[in-house]
Amino acid sequence: MNFDDTPQEAEFRSLARAWIGANAPRQYEDELRKSSLGRTVLKNANILEVAKAWQKKKADAGWACLHWPKEYGGRGSSPIERVIWQQEEGPFGQLSRMFIIGHGMCGPTMMAFAREEHKRTYLPPLASGEKIWCQLFSEPAGGSDVAGLRTRAEKDGDDWVINGQKIWTSGAHYSDYGILLTRTDPTVPKHKGLTMFFLDMKSPGVEVRPIKQASGASDFNEVYFTNVRIPDHQRLGEVGDGWNVSLTTLMNERSAIGAAVSTGFPELFEYCSSLMLDDGPAIEDRAVRSKLANWAVKASGLKYTSMRAISALSKGERPGPENSIGKLVAGSMIQDVATYALDLQGAAGVVSGEDAELAGRFQAMLLRAPGTRVEGGTDEIMRNIIAERVLGLPGDIRVDKDVPFNKIPTKGRG
Amino acid sequence: MDFDFSDDQKQLRDQARKFLAEKCSPKAVRVVLDGKAPYDKELWKGLAEMGFLGVAIPEEFGGAGAGHLELCVIAEEMGRANAPVPFSSTVYLAAEALLIAGSEAQKKKWLPAIASGEAIGTLALFEGKGNPAPKNVKLTAANGVLNGVKKPVADGAIADFAVVAARTGSSGRENDISLFLVDLRDGGVEVKNLTNLDPTRGQAEFTFKDCKAEPLGAAGEGWSILTQVLDRAAVLCAFEQVGGSDRALEMGRDYALDRIAFGRQIGSFQAVKHMLADMYVSATLARSNSYYGAWALSTNAAELPEAAAAARISATQAFQHCAKNNIQVHGGMGFTWEFDCHMYYRRANAMALGLGSLSYWEDQLIDRMRKKNAA
Ligand SMILES: Cc1cc2nc3c(=O)[nH]c(=O)nc-3n(C[C@H](O)[C@H](O)[C@H](O)COP(=O)(O)OP(=O)(O)OC[C@H]3O[C@@H](n4cnc5c(N)ncnc54)[C@H](O)[C@@H]3O)c2cc1C
Repeated sequence: MNFDDTPQEAEFRSLARAWIGANAPRQYEDELRKSSLGRTVLKNANILEVAKAWQKKKADAGWACLHWPKEYGGRGSSPIERVIWQQEEGPFGQLSRMFIIGHGMCGPTMMAFAREEHKRTYLPPLASGEKIWCQLFSEPAGGSDVAGLRTRAEKDGDDWVINGQKIWTSGAHYSDYGILLTRTDPTVPKHKGLTMFFLDMKSPGVEVRPIKQASGASDFNEVYFTNVRIPDHQRLGEVGDGWNVSLTTLMNERSAIGAAVSTGFPELFEYCSSLMLDDGPAIEDRAVRSKLANWAVKASGLKYTSMRAISALSKGERPGPENSIGKLVAGSMIQDVATYALDLQGAAGVVSGEDAELAGRFQAMLLRAPGTRVEGGTDEIMRNIIAERVLGLPGDIRVDKDVPFNKIPTKGRG
Repeated sequence: MDFDFSDDQKQLRDQARKFLAEKCSPKAVRVVLDGKAPYDKELWKGLAEMGFLGVAIPEEFGGAGAGHLELCVIAEEMGRANAPVPFSSTVYLAAEALLIAGSEAQKKKWLPAIASGEAIGTLALFEGKGNPAPKNVKLTAANGVLNGVKKPVADGAIADFAVVAARTGSSGRENDISLFLVDLRDGGVEVKNLTNLDPTRGQAEFTFKDCKAEPLGAAGEGWSILTQVLDRAAVLCAFEQVGGSDRALEMGRDYALDRIAFGRQIGSFQAVKHMLADMYVSATLARSNSYYGAWALSTNAAELPEAAAAARISATQAFQHCAKNNIQVHGGMGFTWEFDCHMYYRRANAMALGLGSLSYWEDQLIDRMRKKNAA
């Protein structure tokens, strides 16, 4: 039980600190510090360009995707070094959110299943942010039930021909590549007929249509495939083994998203520290203090839970289903925190945007928060994972488990 | 960085768990619960022989001199087993107060006796309703004698000595409070047993009438010593609470796998699964906060006050949450005296109050976070 850096860790930290000190885009620091979930942060610059430039700079100096092997654009760092980097990078780490799907999910899936020459070709520009990747799993018929998807892949010579539709694909409108889960055999039970690929998003027949979200922003999309051709060598894993490949992605998704989801607590604590209520400073109010304390221990509990996970990783243990806890707790917490921050503002809480208290920071959080509880697996799916895979309780009863996919009764949504 | 217990510490945990499984079965706990004994004397003796009572007491005072991380490991197992012994009052409160503020002679007299199981100690702080606060200490100390009433005093009826908080000034501030050591075997204190939520750990009322007492620590330093003692005890109790949470979760899980209703294991119903998943979540958050507290305690870090409050809150909530939902998972069986669920429910709710209630610690946490942010 030791929080101090080892001599090597201390050396790594001072190297990182020095490099960040000399190279980070300081002009955006203040805005990044004040950003929060759901609020676009830079007023006078294109955030995508700023993020890409910072990522490229990091990559050129060997500071991108620290834990990836060097030959794929990483640094071959230990899990602890990755944490040290994040601590030192501070608010500039916000700029990496853009790359979280590529770095957190697509990259590890490619590393586990792509051919060596593809890894060497595609991974370095993914690490450096020059190319952005998206994850094409969800469909109108398959969200929580990922394996219910219908997008077809049919073999034609050395190619596969893709037809169908994906939905909720984050970042598809600015992505260069994507990993794509398809159905290659509808005559077998649903988990057995899936196959995974990666593809160029500029391929003929790919059409991306932005969806306007409940928050008003448009970060995710519908993606339509009409006779899109993917060469067989871009297949990830065996034909029919797509479910197992996607489990690798989803497991990485839980640790990538789980560790990154903000709780809103630091923002709320800072706010309450200076806020005046009718009867005096908010922070002196008994009810406010009780709420804050409850969220404080959730936020610190999450922080130290992920530190325990990192310690386990550094001893060679594999990340497990217990990582589902991060998103589950943080997701509803940030929603509650935002609701409460607006409650403290009274009637004025209804105003959003630049005219609002703190430039609408908590209003933006409130409107984005419902998505957090859905993306990357809903709260209910997270609880199922904990119950079944951590606690060993029985799986849900699956009436479609042994039925060939094309015999499962269907009902469209909406 | 290495945020985990060492292999040696994990071995100690296995050893403690095995020992307690053998010597502290639910049946053994029930002897105390049913009022047939005030505590489990055999178990207490066994704990002393294993070296568990003095694990954090230095060797020169008869302990094992291992340290607080080792004590945390044992505390967790005591909580898991719901041990009906005065462990927390003697080891976390009385022994820690002596370690922090005792004179050489006081340490020599009491610490070896604690480690060997000969002396049971307690802290007499509360005087009826209210949380730890200088203004709530009304009992007075003057001319070497104490006058006043303390209640509830944990394990008071079986204790051999008590650390007593008394008022030695009249300004109403923290430096009015001083600590005293009272040898209860001298008979100067009237002790009355109180019924309480958790009969496996007794509560008593002490009446002092011109009772002889010797100072513990410097005059006027009492509140600052007490704060340190409570912080340390908060971390140690948190481990007991984490142990209790885990055990309650485990009981619920096992029952959910065992019991069949509507032709299925009840653990296959999502409402039950999700209830157990939420128990796991709160137990995990509490464990992680407690690990941080353990680190702060063992290194005497500047973060200890904040870490202790966070561990205390999180572990209190987790144990209450797991204990009450364990009963729910068990259905009607869970509400019977015969099933063990209520023992954890009682313990969880009694422990939630023992060092000051949840709202007290919430207040402490926010104050401490503000102080840190201001610094
Ligand atoms: C902001 C955002 C970004 C996203 N980005 C991507 C992306 O980049 N790529 C991608 O592939 N997908 C993405 N998604 C999709 C996301 O993974 C799905 O929305 C999610 O898995 C839920 O699926 P669904 O929307 O079909 O909801 P449904 O599955 O229809 O769920 C509806 C409700 O039913 C509940 N439910 C469903 N099944 C069960 C069950 N077995 N037990 C209990 N309750 C159940 C759900 O919890 C939910 O409350 C994104 C979603 C959001 C909101």
